[in-house]
Amino acid sequence: MTKYKTIKTARSAIALLGMAVFASSATSSAMADKMDDYKVGDIHSGYVYTAPSTRAMQDDDFENPAFLMVEKGEALWSKPGPNGKSCASCHENPEEDMKGVSATYPKYDPKTKKMMTIEQKINREIVEKTGGKKVKWEKGVMPALSVFIGLQSRGMPMNVKIDGEAAPFYEKGKKFYYTRRGQLNIACKHCHEDYAGKHIRADLLSQGMANGFPAYRLKWQKVGSLHRRFRGCNKNIRAEPYKQGAEEYVNLELYVKSRGNGLKMEIPAVRR
Amino acid sequence: MAKARVKAPKKAKAGDIVTIKTLITHKMESGRRKDKKTGKLVPRHIIDKFTAKFNGETFFSADWHGSVSANPYMSFSYKAEKSGEFEFIWHDEKGEETVKKSKMTVA
Amino acid sequence: MTKIKVEVLDRRQFMLAASATTAALMAGISSANATAEMAAEYIKKLTGGASMMEGKVKIDLPEIAENGNTVPVKVSVDSPMTADNYVKTLHLVSEGNPGPEMASFHFTPASGRANAAARMRLAKTQNVVGIAEMSDGKIYTAKTLVKVTIGGCGG
Repeated sequence: MTKYKTIKTARSAIALLGMAVFASSATSSAMADKMDDYKVGDIHSGYVYTAPSTRAMQDDDFENPAFLMVEKGEALWSKPGPNGKSCASCHENPEEDMKGVSATYPKYDPKTKKMMTIEQKINREIVEKTGGKKVKWEKGVMPALSVFIGLQSRGMPMNVKIDGEAAPFYEKGKKFYYTRRGQLNIACKHCHEDYAGKHIRADLLSQGMANGFPAYRLKWQKVGSLHRRFRGCNKNIRAEPYKQGAEEYVNLELYVKSRGNGLKMEIPAVRR
Repeated sequence: MAKARVKAPKKAKAGDIVTIKTLITHKMESGRRKDKKTGKLVPRHIIDKFTAKFNGETFFSADWHGSVSANPYMSFSYKAEKSGEFEFIWHDEKGEETVKKSKMTVA
Repeated sequence: MTKIKVEVLDRRQFMLAASATTAALMAGISSANATAEMAAEYIKKLTGGASMMEGKVKIDLPEIAENGNTVPVKVSVDSPMTADNYVKTLHLVSEGNPGPEMASFHFTPASGRANAAARMRLAKTQNVVGIAEMSDGKIYTAKTLVKVTIGGCGG
């Protein structure tokens, strides 16, 4: 009975989408200048859609709790793996060597002939270069390394390649984005393309841009990957979520990021 | 082991009121959250006391309960009088302590 | 043999029944949270039932919290913070969390100002109460309403 009720509630959420959408409160002109850093043409970073108190948390590297992870990543960088080698053995100056790297992922991987996210790349390096074991995406080592590497691209334009070998994966990701799924039978585009800037119940819908992920989310109270965010979205529309690193999500990540190409990288962002 | 960050000034003038910011990694398990897999309550485990000292004297402290967010942030002020050392102590319910120190020169 | 009367609910009745059950469940959940009365009782324990005055205390919270898990709060108490006139403690008390106790900040004249900032979990829209114990034994209080966004689509 409760389950049925849930679906019913969710249906009314769709009704809201259809009928009761209303524009977000006007942004004051004084803030427009500052917001320009988070916009490219009509493309808006998720930053634009968060509350001032959340933005303030991102604006100050000390107030941003993700920087605890950045520091951890920095320390891990020179920690030797089982074969005695560390990240620093090959990349002595991460500030230089990792500059711009996160902005270009996911990338085509000739070895698997598939796209590869930064997390998958980190895991490959851990295994092949340091003799270590693969790590999970949301715990300990991974979020620390992914935000530390991501930070080195901060302020640079997001720039994923979608032509050449990436093209078929881009098409798959695009198809996912526009495909209805879940019991609510809605696609990514319904919220993030058609109704961005409008409210769904109490929440302001964003354009679903990925330039700040991995991000610290107030809800999670920790740093999480973009795929964790995808899972949350899919659960909300009552669709079966995929696992972190699943091909479906890797391709979707490529497509979603390509939509935001040109936006400045914000890793580690703070989001609600 | 919890990891802490502190932002305290290295220099100040006598009479200045300086702002200190601190952060520490901690889940702050309230004891009210259920483990998604087992359905059982995750046992409570929080940092319950934060203390800030200068030259060994406590000038600010806080009692935290389950309502304090994970990765607790705490900001407060101190009136600089003479040079010395800050000491920040996070004490958790299991008796574990994390200590961080920072020197300040007062002119 | 007694006849068994079978009642068939149509969809509308079913939905009514379903929502009534849900409402009852929700009521059950919210009663597990602190109430204004519970908060008052806790405050009584903190202050020993001493009388309180409005004012001097400022509890700064966002009008609308995007997510109740991490809500920034700034507190300040108007005081000269001298050796013979300072704020000893500021308690934060919740009227809507599972328990009323949130945090207590202990100041000294060396604090310079009775200011502090932290981040709190707020289970729902509620008043957050500040109780300031001054060095002369006086107690001041203020409360701030914060709306907490629930539902929607936070993922």
